[in-house]
Amino acid sequence: MNKDEKAATLMQTILPEGFVFDPERGARWFTRAGHTGFLGMEYHDHGPDWIELALPWREDLVGVEETGVLASGPIISLLDNATSMSVWTRQGTFNPQVTLDLRIDYVRAATPGKTVIARAECYQVRRSMAFVRGIAHDGDAGDPIAHTAGIFMLVSSEGWSKP
Amino acid sequence: MVKAVSEFHLPPYARTMGMEIDHIDDGGVPVIAMDFAERVQGRPGFLHGGAIGGLLEMAAHAALRAELERQGSDYRIKPVNISIEYLRGGVQVRTFARGEVIRAGRRVANVRVEAWQGDRSKLVASSWMNFLLAPPKG
Repeated sequence: MNKDEKAATLMQTILPEGFVFDPERGARWFTRAGHTGFLGMEYHDHGPDWIELALPWREDLVGVEETGVLASGPIISLLDNATSMSVWTRQGTFNPQVTLDLRIDYVRAATPGKTVIARAECYQVRRSMAFVRGIAHDGDAGDPIAHTAGIFMLVSSEGWSKP
Repeated sequence: MVKAVSEFHLPPYARTMGMEIDHIDDGGVPVIAMDFAERVQGRPGFLHGGAIGGLLEMAAHAALRAELERQGSDYRIKPVNISIEYLRGGVQVRTFARGEVIRAGRRVANVRVEAWQGDRSKLVASSWMNFLLAPPKG
């Protein structure tokens, strides 16, 4: 078997033939454990090429103790996950991918105590790259706390994870 | 009163994630470290990109705090933006990050940050970050 055939075989052991990525079930699966589970990320909503994930405020995720403002680290994680899942949402399937580049502009501080929602959209997929953008807000999508733009690199499933 | 680097207090998020000041390097810059654990894992066996981002931000913040301290400034620091390039997958070992203040002006500071694991020359991620500087309240 060559490398591609091996990868295809491996992928089939992960995904059954005719697999369709269900954003809601997928998001619940990807937030059950690991970093996403630890932070407490949750599925919120989705459409044809977008998905929303939520991150409830938590005292131990605060960045400025005096004000109770959430650290920006969890917001990076939330936007990274939401943008990543927007690619699978748009494609209707799961493909192994890694973050190539992610830029975040923090336009204002998150309100202490409020759940942060990331809304991410995949606006273009090419053979090896997927282009994404999104916002994070704390209740009003018209008044975001952060904007993001990023690129995911689509990779072979071989070596993508080490279960 | 300006806080000394040795007293630099990592916020709750950083402590929750297991981040700590590994050491202060020859340039007087705090090197921040984070051990691998389930809480920082993304795809199985690898560091989550967001956890790497959080570590980069903490290192940038610490480097800038140290630089302001050298200048005798007690200005407050607010993150404006960050851009991260992910260069290789982070594996299941301790990760380090160090910021380099390119410029700390009157209103804005620009910081470059790198993260690595065993080999300092093999970067896991590289990043730049801009901060807004504001006079202390009161």
